[in-house]
Amino acid sequence: MAILTIKSLTKYYKDLRALSEVSLKVKAGEFVTVIGRSGAGKSTLLRCVNRMIEPSSGLIEFDGIDMRSLGRRDLRKARTRIGMIFQHFNLVPRQTVIENVLHGRLGYKSTLQGSFGIYSDEEKSHAVDVLARLGLAEQMHKRCDQLSGGQKQRVGIARSLVQDPRLILCDEPIASLDPSSAKTIMDHLHRISRDMKITILMNLHQVDVAIKYSDRIIGIREGGIVFDDEPRRLKKKIVAEIYGSDADDILFEESPE
Amino acid sequence: MTSIIEVRRMFRRREAIALASFALLAVLTLGSSIITSFDWPSCLRSFPKAFSWLAANFIPNGKALANAPKILARLAETVLVSVMATVVAAALAFLMALLGSKTTRPHPVASGLVRLVASLCRNIPVVAWAMIFLLSFGQNVLTGLLALFIGTFGFLTRAFMETVDESAESSVEALWASGAPWAATVMQAVVPSVMPQVASWMLYMVETNIRDATLVGILTGTGIGFLFDLYYKSLNFSSAAFVVICIVAVVILIEAGSNALRRVIL
Repeated sequence: MAILTIKSLTKYYKDLRALSEVSLKVKAGEFVTVIGRSGAGKSTLLRCVNRMIEPSSGLIEFDGIDMRSLGRRDLRKARTRIGMIFQHFNLVPRQTVIENVLHGRLGYKSTLQGSFGIYSDEEKSHAVDVLARLGLAEQMHKRCDQLSGGQKQRVGIARSLVQDPRLILCDEPIASLDPSSAKTIMDHLHRISRDMKITILMNLHQVDVAIKYSDRIIGIREGGIVFDDEPRRLKKKIVAEIYGSDADDILFEESPE
Repeated sequence: MTSIIEVRRMFRRREAIALASFALLAVLTLGSSIITSFDWPSCLRSFPKAFSWLAANFIPNGKALANAPKILARLAETVLVSVMATVVAAALAFLMALLGSKTTRPHPVASGLVRLVASLCRNIPVVAWAMIFLLSFGQNVLTGLLALFIGTFGFLTRAFMETVDESAESSVEALWASGAPWAATVMQAVVPSVMPQVASWMLYMVETNIRDATLVGILTGTGIGFLFDLYYKSLNFSSAAFVVICIVAVVILIEAGSNALRRVIL
């Protein structure tokens, strides 16, 4: 069953067309990566799903909800079930790990409780569990500006997990990490998708990483989908098409085929 | 070959521009002194005389020191008024900054309005505000307080808006993406992120306001400015000098204090 259906999604920035007639379906529990050059529209596509960017036209259906029809309040409610992970982690650096993780619960709380950071014991113990699972039990009371990049991203993952999401959007989650932290993060996300059946939609720059982890890869070029299939069908020729032919020899140390 | 010629031409053009700019500045300076009939030689000649007068008259003597309790009381009043104006203005400016900042504004129209009001408050000098309020509120502390408040409010709104955009944008994006309400996002993400900068700007404004309060006090007949004006006009120069020394001491003291505080916060 599709948890996310996008039909004819188009986005204009003034006269510039960032996305044109994009249609795709993501099944519940699927791990889907979107690849493409910088500026191809990956980030716009991802942010149109939770309407952090307003689409110009088209349909976005998440978990049976027509996202574009929602008013402010209902949109907030729908967003609580969509986690988001960012390239630059987007944490509050001066707060502790546990405080940042609990921010993931704010969407469920009343304005008063949320404003003063009043969380239930259940929420707190959930947050502690999630942190332990991500190997951050020791770091719980450290301020986030004292963590390494990989640890910060794990806090970001924990924050989205306490939302109890059905879908996690990942915008270049490993683009500012070293290779070993990047692998840890990808392994965690893979486990989350496999064990918790949470759907993952991810933008990625590294084609080899996309091939290794994804159930499905979507290639976009100039705002349109040019490839949408299993990783094994992503041939060198298609990668060249996605990235523009000259990128062919830069992107692969080992050819997938 | 052609490239060398081009480079030479480029350098020659640059020299010509520098020369022309210098000539323009010289003409402007000369022109203005002629128009205002400013007499350079007599200006320079008056320096030694001015300094010897300062040395003779502007030294606090026993009479001035006898005025110390009065001076210190007025100075305390000035400092307190500055602190009060800053704190109240900062509270209001923070709310306005939330409405005005690109990161947290509820609507672009609110943002435009806030920016307009803030820049109006900021760009009219505090002394001009004091003169405006002088007519409606008369010569009293309220007038000075109001003038400082308006100027501080304008400046801090602008500073806080930039601080919010700079240090809270990314975490605000994350919380909005998770469905957090506006107030909770502000309290949980914006406030902790901007607190050190906000405190730092407030300390800066307290310092600035003590300086401005002196000027405003001359106009409104309150605080330390009034006392300076009084002594000066009654030709009690040694007491006026003592007032100046006290102001400088307090400004330096407050600046040292706020620097120490900044180091702790940041």
